[in-house]
Amino acid sequence: MHDMSAHAHVAHHAPPTSFIRKHIFSLDHKVIGKQYYGLALLAVFVGMFLSWLMRLHLGWTNLTIPGLHLLSSNGAPGNVMTPEYYLQLMTMHATIMVFFVLTTAPFAAFGNYFLPIQVGAEDMPFPRFNMMSFWITFAGFVVLVSSFFVGDGPTLGGWTQYAPLSAVGSVAGPGEGSGVVLWAISIALFCVGQLLGSLNFITTTLDMRTKGMSLWRLPLSTWAWFITSVMGLTAFAVLMPACILLILDHVAGTSFFVPSNLVISDQVQPHSGGSTLLWQHLFWFFGHPEVYIAIVPGMGIISHVLIANMRRPMLSHRTLIYSFGALAVLSYMVYGHHMFVSGMNPVSSIAFSFPTLIITIPSTILVLIWLGSLYGARLRINTASLFALGFISMFISGGVSGFFLAQPSIDIMLHATYFVVGHFHMVMGVAAMFGIFAGTYFWFPKMFGRMMNETLGKVHFWLTFVGTYCIFMPFHYLGLAGNVRRYQAFVVDYMQPLVPVHRFITVAALITGAAQLIFLYNLIHSRFWGEPAPENPWQATSLEWSTPSSPPPFDNFGGKLPVVYHDPYQYGVEGSTGDYVMQDSPEQIETVRDEG
Amino acid sequence: MATTIHEPPRIEERRHPSPISGSGNGSGRGLVPAGGNLRSVQEYAPPPASTGIWVALAAITMSFAALTSALVVRKGGAPDWRHFTLPSILYANTLVLLASSVTLEISRRRVATFMGGLRSRVANPARWLYVTLSLGLLFVAGQYAAWRQLSAQGLYLATNPSSSFFYVFTAAHALHVLGGLGGLARVIRKLNQFVLRRSTLDATSRYWHFMDVLWVYLLVLLLMKL
Repeated sequence: MHDMSAHAHVAHHAPPTSFIRKHIFSLDHKVIGKQYYGLALLAVFVGMFLSWLMRLHLGWTNLTIPGLHLLSSNGAPGNVMTPEYYLQLMTMHATIMVFFVLTTAPFAAFGNYFLPIQVGAEDMPFPRFNMMSFWITFAGFVVLVSSFFVGDGPTLGGWTQYAPLSAVGSVAGPGEGSGVVLWAISIALFCVGQLLGSLNFITTTLDMRTKGMSLWRLPLSTWAWFITSVMGLTAFAVLMPACILLILDHVAGTSFFVPSNLVISDQVQPHSGGSTLLWQHLFWFFGHPEVYIAIVPGMGIISHVLIANMRRPMLSHRTLIYSFGALAVLSYMVYGHHMFVSGMNPVSSIAFSFPTLIITIPSTILVLIWLGSLYGARLRINTASLFALGFISMFISGGVSGFFLAQPSIDIMLHATYFVVGHFHMVMGVAAMFGIFAGTYFWFPKMFGRMMNETLGKVHFWLTFVGTYCIFMPFHYLGLAGNVRRYQAFVVDYMQPLVPVHRFITVAALITGAAQLIFLYNLIHSRFWGEPAPENPWQATSLEWSTPSSPPPFDNFGGKLPVVYHDPYQYGVEGSTGDYVMQDSPEQIETVRDEG
Repeated sequence: MATTIHEPPRIEERRHPSPISGSGNGSGRGLVPAGGNLRSVQEYAPPPASTGIWVALAAITMSFAALTSALVVRKGGAPDWRHFTLPSILYANTLVLLASSVTLEISRRRVATFMGGLRSRVANPARWLYVTLSLGLLFVAGQYAAWRQLSAQGLYLATNPSSSFFYVFTAAHALHVLGGLGGLARVIRKLNQFVLRRSTLDATSRYWHFMDVLWVYLLVLLLMKL
């Protein structure tokens, strides 16, 4: 290791002493990572609670839910949900989950904590931006949740906020006035926060790598965060101006998205000439990369976790990285597949369908490499590796339905049904959650210096794994049967026989949700009373396990920076004295370079 | 973890903050071989401010590209587009902004001479930075005057999509220019405290020049489309 004191300018900010600087407005990437994790944890329980309310209503329409009126003054008279309130809950569930959980936890939280350590840096290059990134994101969450308590409640427009109904104000329904404006402000803030985060991630990866850490020597998780940050930089930079235009349509009377002569609730809207499709284009140009922003970090995390537990590297390190990159590039070329039924030119549909089918190739390559690497490996079964396997399972099960949806002719039939809801919940919702869980169980010892309870972890895994399949597999069946999404009750003749399926799903959702309390208990209990963690509990090779303590000291490597000698995953190598060789170990070994 | 690695070579002061980075280009050159021999290590690492500013400019480019495509789509799809003549003060503003880039370059050279140790030759290195700052403020004031001119003609934000886009583009650009002015003020403060890093000045001026280029692009776009 190198002595950093020889380079006084390296330690670019001193350890803080005050409580506020240490734990609240901290510049330390590790504290910021934990803050992001805390935010995601809060958000996921709020989002899950909203989904419980929705599921109860879907299973038993007109069910009285005690206390429901407390959440909304006009959305639940007599504690029975109104149709509009159902849509408001749905919109908030989706927005909270997509932005403040699936983006925040795997990318911002784990990335902040571990990317600088895995590249061998003592912090991000712009710690003030990093701190701003979290607090702006947090402000975005507060603004979003505040819409429950302002005016006639949150927006009901869905997380996609399709114009023109999202742009004309409260005439379009409860929450379409101040609710939409708060939603758009919240998302614009979120975009600013993530742009600042991406700026730090990219610069850290390019400029802050320690001696010997070439790009190919970066662990797969770092590669995933890096590629995700490039996607984030371009996607959030488009959504932010789109949100500003939406706000202007609301508060300044402009007509970006509202067409002429639009009549809503028997009133001609005072707008002219706007393009409703313009919003869809701007939104989905962000929206589809966002799917990959949610899932690619999970892919990196589970690859990292599996390798440490298989005790051997993936079949091809470089092909995995190229596949991450291919996903990132293609994710911008496929967004139109969300708009097959929007009245777009059919030629455009084909143009978007083609890359949508192509994008399955890197996805399939990833799956094949994971499975091929697992084949014959003596995988250590622990909670982290179980969740990593669960990720692959969910990604395959949810991904297969993507093949169907990628084709415009089939999508016309399945569009806006539960088939689509099942598809994306499994492939980017639950799979990404499993990535978060795998990362949590794997890195918890490093983040808090204590082990999580493995027995509780395994119970949590099996309940969650079986539970999520019980919830989301039937969605596909419902979709094929023509069950339209976003309906709050199924009163049409052909949908009535499907209600028992919905009840089954509701029960599964309640049980699976309750199982998450085991995780919460395990997290909190282990944080304070868990068994003290050994220095390198998984006998892993990457730099986060080379820090002098768990959690790492303020400057990560205790006044020194590591020197990297090896590729990231040197397990079971010829000539080595042990089963694995740390990246910063100067031990001479025979290294077989993976040239892709 | 103890190794037999030698003391790394000294790095120039301005190479902040990771003097012992890898090759930085991922080509695999300059790696430490497994034997721990440091001979082939490449010491150069670009300062993060330099990379960071390009990343930030990429994001800004994306935002304005999104707004440009919005303009093209919005104009193409609607018959209600009303053309109007741009306020003439915009051309004067353009000259002011371009001049500010020239003065910034002059000040950058003077600061370089100053930082190079030739203090006696440069009496007040911040002087041209103040000039740049003033020109930047003048530009923003000029843009404000342009908005006043338009509103005097009855063209407000919501009057017509063409005026909406005019205000959105110019306001978004002006906000970015204000950010640049903040950056320049920070550079001046650091220079006066003798703690300015060369990379900070370079990043700030790159941002400032980009605001020029962006403005010229926007002016041409607005001329052609409005």
